[in-house]
Amino acid sequence: MPIQFEHVSHTYSTGTPYEYKALYDINLEIEEGKITAIIGMTGSGKSTLVQHLNALLLPEKGTIRILDRTITAGEKPKNLKSLRGDVGLVFQFPEYQLFEETVIKDVAFGPKNFGASEEEAVKKAKHALSMVGLPAETYEKSPLELSGGQKRRAAIAGILAMDPKILVLDEPTAGLDPLGTVSMMSLFSKLNREMGKTVLIVTHDMEQVFKYCDNVVVVENGKIRTHTSVQEFFADSSLCREMNILPPALIRMKDLLKEAGFRIDDNIQDLDRLAYAVARQVKKHG
Amino acid sequence: MKAIEVSHLTFAYDDTKTTIDDISFSVEEGSYTTIVGHNGSGKSTVAKLLAGLLEKKSGEIKLGGLDLNMKNLTAIRSMIGIVFQNPDNQFIGSTVRDDIAFGLENHCVPQEQMDDIINLNAGKVKMTKYLDQEPTRLSGGQKQRVAIAGVLAMKPKILIFDEATSMLDPQGKDEIKKVITQIHEESSLTILSITHDIDEVANSDAVIAMNNGKIAMAGTPHEVFSDEKKLKEIQLDIPFSMKMQGALKRRGVNVGNHLTMEGLVKELCQYNSNM
Repeated sequence: MPIQFEHVSHTYSTGTPYEYKALYDINLEIEEGKITAIIGMTGSGKSTLVQHLNALLLPEKGTIRILDRTITAGEKPKNLKSLRGDVGLVFQFPEYQLFEETVIKDVAFGPKNFGASEEEAVKKAKHALSMVGLPAETYEKSPLELSGGQKRRAAIAGILAMDPKILVLDEPTAGLDPLGTVSMMSLFSKLNREMGKTVLIVTHDMEQVFKYCDNVVVVENGKIRTHTSVQEFFADSSLCREMNILPPALIRMKDLLKEAGFRIDDNIQDLDRLAYAVARQVKKHG
Repeated sequence: MKAIEVSHLTFAYDDTKTTIDDISFSVEEGSYTTIVGHNGSGKSTVAKLLAGLLEKKSGEIKLGGLDLNMKNLTAIRSMIGIVFQNPDNQFIGSTVRDDIAFGLENHCVPQEQMDDIINLNAGKVKMTKYLDQEPTRLSGGQKQRVAIAGVLAMKPKILIFDEATSMLDPQGKDEIKKVITQIHEESSLTILSITHDIDEVANSDAVIAMNNGKIAMAGTPHEVFSDEKKLKEIQLDIPFSMKMQGALKRRGVNVGNHLTMEGLVKELCQYNSNM
């Protein structure tokens, strides 16, 4: 089990007028080698939760086990640097954090910081940049010259260059256009399938959860509301509706068809099978 | 009456690439028109050209029958309001009230009228309760609502939204879409919305699809979404109901073109053999 939370809670600004309890007694195990979606309303505690994964935030109470390391509340965390090399965290709008003169320098910064030689760091940076699909002619450009989508890719390459085992992404497609979103999600899917990375994605987009993720964790008011497989989560729309989440279009379509008297099996979760089921129940016409 | 008339408009940021390549289109007064297209297709550049924030290379832009040129720039600017994508980049005031007042102060609106205008427009975007709040305490959706109120206070005839919901969470998106729809229903404002939201496009009066600085398609949502070949060519997303229609067609079930799932299901019901 690569990631395990045991009775973890977190409070911001303890002892000040701004004290705010963000996480309550979290127990959670994230499956290795899968893509897990972390969903919930803004302010539910999703980002607080994922920032514990590379010890950017430390638990107020409880224990977190990540790979072979343990972070315990009240104890000074050990081997922080190696943990941060293993768990790559990509923040919301990571393009705001690009800072070097050139794209290649920016991406090579991480590996260099982790002790790689200049040559090795550049090699890793080039590999990461090719993974995210940035062409070689962008390498010597200033990050500021890139388009919004390219900047996002460069920032993600900066994390990939450190070759983390676990990749944590906080709303990686926010503000991207539909094509940019698809290529970004395909990249994470590829990193998961072909390189065996465990991926956690904080997202509001149920179409992404439905299409690309294996498991879903729902965070609500600082607690884990549900943790289940994507298939189970979208078996029908009742869970989504209960939590005030707009279900994916296919699930909404199933609801409408069922209301209209069609018999649609809960297991049907792709367009072709849905069309097949409907086609069998309509009379010849036209 | 046309609110916007553009003919043979061309623009380039530099010599290497023509960003807007000889486009012509018009927007009906009082309509809700959407502009779609991928990032880099030129959508936002068009919005900035219309508002006179960028200077065209050649061609003509007419707003409310008035030519967009240096002489008319002030008159045109008072006719048009823009809400941009990033809620954090357009909050100027230290409170919601100050933010809405900013434009009014620039136009030397007398103090005694200002309060009424602020209250009226804060009400339209449902932010009356928050008038004395600081921006840091507002959600993205609330900040965008304030931006809309600030623009409405200037009494524009044309409102442009440049991906105004794309950085918001689902709740924020929903809030903004409702506010825009309501403003459109209650006023004679012309709305031009640059968007990736396919449902918003399906519900608009007219669609302009841009690709590589040109207009690839234009018409009603029904017309635009009916041209499957062209849609594929420019890789534009289509409403889910149309994907379902395609899948049904491959199974031998032919139904009409529906832009909404409800419409599609209604037609399917007529052929339901379970009934």
